[in-house]
Amino acid sequence: MSESLLLDMQALRIEARGPDGEPFRIVDDVDLQLKRGEVLGLIGESGAGKSTIGLASMNYARTGCAITGGKIIFDGTDLRTLSEDDVRAMRGVKAAYIAQSAAASFNPVKRLNDQVTEAAVRHNVMGRGDAVKRAQELYGKLDLPDPDNIGRRYPHQVSGGQLQRVMSAMAMTCGPDLLVLDEPTTALDVTTQIEVLATVRDLIRTNNTAALYITHDLAVVAQIADRIMVLQYGKLVEVGETNQILHDPQDPYTKELISARTEEINTKVFTGMPENPVLSIKNVTASYDGKVDVLKSIDVDIGRGETVAIVGESGSGKSTLARVVTGLLPPREGHVDFDGETYSPALKQRTKEQLRKAQMIYQMPDVAMNPRQRVSEIIGRPLTFYFGLTGRERDDAMMKLLEEIDMAPEFADRYPGQLSGGQKQRVCIARALAADPELIICDEVTSALDQVVAAGILKLLDRLQKEKDLAYMFITHDLGIVRNIADRTVVMYQGNVVEQGTTEQIFTPPQKEAYTQKLIASTPEMRTDWLDEVLRERGDLFEIDAEKHVD
Amino acid sequence: MTTVNSETARYIKPSKLLMVRRFLAEMPITAWIGLIVIFINLFVVLTAQWIAPYSETEFPTEVWAPPSAENWLGGDQLGRDMLTRILYGAQTTITIAFIATLLSFTMGIIAGFTAAVVGGFIDTLLSRIVDALMAIPTLILALVVISVLGTEIYVLIGVIAVLDSTRVFRLSRAIAMDVAVMEYVEAARLRGERLWWIMTREVLPNTVMPLIAEFGLRFAFAFLFIASLSFLGLGIQPPLADWGGMVRENASAIIYGIAAPLYPAAAIAALAVGVNLLVDYILARQNRSVAAAFDGV
Repeated sequence: MSESLLLDMQALRIEARGPDGEPFRIVDDVDLQLKRGEVLGLIGESGAGKSTIGLASMNYARTGCAITGGKIIFDGTDLRTLSEDDVRAMRGVKAAYIAQSAAASFNPVKRLNDQVTEAAVRHNVMGRGDAVKRAQELYGKLDLPDPDNIGRRYPHQVSGGQLQRVMSAMAMTCGPDLLVLDEPTTALDVTTQIEVLATVRDLIRTNNTAALYITHDLAVVAQIADRIMVLQYGKLVEVGETNQILHDPQDPYTKELISARTEEINTKVFTGMPENPVLSIKNVTASYDGKVDVLKSIDVDIGRGETVAIVGESGSGKSTLARVVTGLLPPREGHVDFDGETYSPALKQRTKEQLRKAQMIYQMPDVAMNPRQRVSEIIGRPLTFYFGLTGRERDDAMMKLLEEIDMAPEFADRYPGQLSGGQKQRVCIARALAADPELIICDEVTSALDQVVAAGILKLLDRLQKEKDLAYMFITHDLGIVRNIADRTVVMYQGNVVEQGTTEQIFTPPQKEAYTQKLIASTPEMRTDWLDEVLRERGDLFEIDAEKHVD
Repeated sequence: MTTVNSETARYIKPSKLLMVRRFLAEMPITAWIGLIVIFINLFVVLTAQWIAPYSETEFPTEVWAPPSAENWLGGDQLGRDMLTRILYGAQTTITIAFIATLLSFTMGIIAGFTAAVVGGFIDTLLSRIVDALMAIPTLILALVVISVLGTEIYVLIGVIAVLDSTRVFRLSRAIAMDVAVMEYVEAARLRGERLWWIMTREVLPNTVMPLIAEFGLRFAFAFLFIASLSFLGLGIQPPLADWGGMVRENASAIIYGIAAPLYPAAAIAALAVGVNLLVDYILARQNRSVAAAFDGV
């Protein structure tokens, strides 16, 4: 083995205790080598064991899990032979961890500097004064505004993207040899993701730090990793150079993962603006507190059998628009029409028939279904409620719905807890279909799912649309999906519709609106040189951001 | 038919029978004691007429007679058999406590869930009424109401139920709040479901465990409360036997070094401790599963 090898995991095995009390392997005989200064991307669906391996590099296992086999050789020493005190001395100093949600990882009542310097001070690496100086230096390198003073703020006083960068600074204070980054940009908007990605990459390169970069987004890892390791169900599927994995995958699972991202699902030809729209949002202005308008004079039409994507970053008002359409939030001005009929603004005044026409599918299928109801009850209830079906008739209709979502009849007896994420989302789709709606509002329906599973859901939605002439209001921040499935796209920013038009118009350069341009440019593409290219071209485009973040 | 590719359900929820079996298998000795105490009491409630050696109103022995082969626990202040009185007392005390607790839970849960699900003005109104009720010391309020309305058993049950329901309201409102924000509740609202359906089908099944645990605690409090009312002479009226009343009637025996009041007091203590031992276990299990859910894998 070469001497530059920093981390060498051999036949690593990690076990957890299952619901029946029997141990099962969540990481099964995985070998992993990482050289100094190298970035290895760990890719796989949730449950593939990515984070577990990441934490194991510091000889740490989450509650309920235990490292039961293999070697973890870090810088020449097998961590598993060290005492807990010795391992603790090394954590945060030689190896540091950056978690997915910075917002949840910071203590809200302590100033940023206290938290950033804690590891260095506690481990006696440096004094508090030096540590703060070092932190300020890092804040500057990470492009944080006002690096000398930002550390005196509390976590809620900086934006999500900034907090993620402060967390990177925290991990870098002691100058670790190894960084474990666990989905560091997943919770961020695309426009913010790009900055964090760029600064983290620079930091790793300038300090020659080795890193494990955990993500389920291939396009993101392509920008930062030298090599990629693909995992499934705790087993190693494939490992190789980034370009080889992206362009010449060997394993069928890797191929599926790559194609899920690049596949064209929809090849619709846009046939003009709808003449008799199913849904017509007219001049809607809405606010939660009666003071600040979250939506400002919105006009959107959705035609029969049409998919309209509503895109924008978090806080743009996308989900609020859905709440207005469903009647959960009565608008302050304007109204919502279905089939030319003006609906009452409030949910309670709407008739059963009116409610039936618009159904909703949610982002998190876990909380969208009652965990104490069987699938049969979840799908069956709308059948009884709207159409009065009972007994045999209801069972038949239910079986037909299960067939439509490609699920076997025996799933009817299961509880949501017994289904996988994709299956849950399918059941949610079936529940919406049971009402025989004209419009389905899809609120980020694929963002909680892994890419292969998400692709399956999108295909299903597309097929159902063709069969039933359904209209979709598709709320998402993932522009990669929009391009594939939407007929028309509405771009929202801070409660306004910035631009709307056919998806082709919106995506074909030159874009009319600077914000649209920025949003599209920020969507990672599946090639290794994308980030460099964007950073070269940025210039004026990213000025908006600089303003927004100095607040 | 196409199958859902590369997806397998990774977690199989254990069946109900298995859950019961595991519940018993993991039960510590303390919870077993609690369960056994509860079963003995239940048995007595159901069979007091047959297992009691004498009738409730018979006078087979002397005043405060010491324990003997005929009267295992001796006699009470009128020469009635103490053991018989305790067995019959179980019947009255436990039945009334049970009905009162059941009633208080029905009222408390309905009001609490309504407040949580409807929210807004209704929530404020109900919460303030409950606050007002809770502001008055329970025993004093009960004394006033009972002395006005009389010491009928149904008045007693009603008073205990209303007073206890304020506590149940607080708990059920709090736990229903957590469930009411879930998207499946929103989905039910969007479907146009009525309040009753949302409360009974969406919220209740997801809050049932903490409510059961609370039921055990409230039940223990209810019969302690009856006991204190009886001790003050406002509870169950003679000649019906009840544990609290028996402690009061025999209290003066203590002065003469006679153990008579200790027997009904021990019965009260045993059941209260027994119920709490089991409830502690249920609560501990629940906390453990919540913790496990947060840990993830």
